[in-house]
Amino acid sequence: MSDDVAAGASVSGSGIPSRSERPMEAVKRDFPILERRVNGKRLVYLDSASSSQKPRAVLAAMDDHYRTYYANIHRGVYTIAEESTATYELARAKVARFIGAASANEVVFTKNITEAINLFAHSWGRTNLREGDAVVVTEMEHHANVVPWHILAAERGIELRWVPLGPDYRLDLGELDRLLDGAKLFAFTAMSNVLGTVNDVRALADAGHAAGATVLVDAAQAVPHSAVDVQAWDADFVGFTGHKMLGPSGIGGFWARPELLEAMPPFLGGGEMILDVRKDGYVPNDVPWKFEAGTMPIAEATGLGAAVDYLEALGMDSVHDHEQRLTRYALGALTDRFGDRINIHGPAGTDMRGGIISFGFDGIHAHDISQVLDEDAVCVRASHHCAKPLMRVLGVPANTRASFYVYNDEADVDALVESLVKAEKFFAV
Amino acid sequence: MPALEDLYREIILDHYRAPRNRGELPVPPAHKVEGYNPLCGDEVVLYLEVDGDTVTDLKIAGQGCSISQASTSMMSGAVKGLPVADARRLIRAFKALMSIHESKLEGDADGEDLRAELDGVRLGDLEALQGVVKFPVRIKCATLAWNTLQQGLDEIENDENGAKESA
Repeated sequence: MSDDVAAGASVSGSGIPSRSERPMEAVKRDFPILERRVNGKRLVYLDSASSSQKPRAVLAAMDDHYRTYYANIHRGVYTIAEESTATYELARAKVARFIGAASANEVVFTKNITEAINLFAHSWGRTNLREGDAVVVTEMEHHANVVPWHILAAERGIELRWVPLGPDYRLDLGELDRLLDGAKLFAFTAMSNVLGTVNDVRALADAGHAAGATVLVDAAQAVPHSAVDVQAWDADFVGFTGHKMLGPSGIGGFWARPELLEAMPPFLGGGEMILDVRKDGYVPNDVPWKFEAGTMPIAEATGLGAAVDYLEALGMDSVHDHEQRLTRYALGALTDRFGDRINIHGPAGTDMRGGIISFGFDGIHAHDISQVLDEDAVCVRASHHCAKPLMRVLGVPANTRASFYVYNDEADVDALVESLVKAEKFFAV
Repeated sequence: MPALEDLYREIILDHYRAPRNRGELPVPPAHKVEGYNPLCGDEVVLYLEVDGDTVTDLKIAGQGCSISQASTSMMSGAVKGLPVADARRLIRAFKALMSIHESKLEGDADGEDLRAELDGVRLGDLEALQGVVKFPVRIKCATLAWNTLQQGLDEIENDENGAKESA
């Protein structure tokens, strides 16, 4: 089966030359959706921080799985069930290697990172947090790393503490030691989905550990765009999601320290997560299957494995460099064209900053901007980006966000700028 | 794809740039009510003064996109001075205007009901917002002010009923 996958796909695992040998147009051509025209215009997709597009290799791998060897995983002794299981577990191994885990068994698949963090809050949180215990988060968190702790706060009276945002759109760490004092958990993002700010995960993890806290990292925006090494980060839990890293929706997961995984009780009960079930109780399965109750997203795991192959073939350092260049170009183009009229909500340079640019124009609402951009097939997000505490700190109800990935280029940035000129004219006061 | 001009009619942009009845009223006697669009963070704040059966004064505040803010401004002008019963009829008519497109997909029966709501109600400038139905994600922007008004009138009515019962 894997031979068929390799032969059937235009781009397959080891066959992709490194990015430096591949012109940009070749990468763009790997994404069939980018051939589409909307409103008669070339599709300019600048919303990858929300969800990424999928290369042919991912679509082909999933299609092949469904067409030639689809069956439920585990427990089947027939050929295609074994093939299906092997590919699912191979995807786990690929993800583990991709994020620097020591073993595939340290990676648990979930629906997405929201489910991963909720799993952790439900399982680890309910086991370890008591009334009065403190959880430290930051003002730049996505709701996925806020609301699970709000739920625990309402349920058992834990205290939520917030690391503030500084005027440079980076975390203000001046009071970090005081905030972490006595805290049980430090939960923070590796990269803000609004500001593009990249945090120094290792330094924050060390600070958390020095205070005796368990450390959770939301790496939803980091894993797709840079080389991540969970062992170098030295956190305790790192969550990721597949659909932001060229994989399908419906699969994500987390890495956690083996001793933590062993100690955590199961989240959902049901099939696959057990070793034995009797009338008077059950014995949970081994890690990681203990956390994978019910039929999992099987073909999606295969797709995620193919996405990891694709990214590894491009090389994560090349992906990162490409996005740095593009972000630098975009920041320059936007400020050259709009000067003081544009407010960019994020760090000024590209140092410790990813390919996410959120901005606002005085007097023009983000919704209205994105409506005009849609006419030019420029896809941006106009929203609070599921980070309302951060938006309140920024003092805006919403902003417009453009975000980049491997398939974007300078022409996409130019299209954005031209369409913004149109929007500004349309709403000129 | 419908043209942008269908959505952003000149009169809408005019209300967006120069909203009518913007301000606050002392609470009490006025009643303050807030509405939020969780999708985009649009916010509408209404100060309602109801004397007997009439909306005697109304001020608006809040922030949001051109559609939500223009709709709020236009609503304030249309409702100020109206008997409460007429204001409620206008709310139903406006919401019918906004949902005709959706109900057409579901079958004619609902569409007929919606048209009945519109019969005999003069929408005037508000009809400029009809283009919004061609942009389904923006309908919530247009209806936010009206849902907030409805909530405010309900709250005032409940307060009065409560006062009567306790009296």
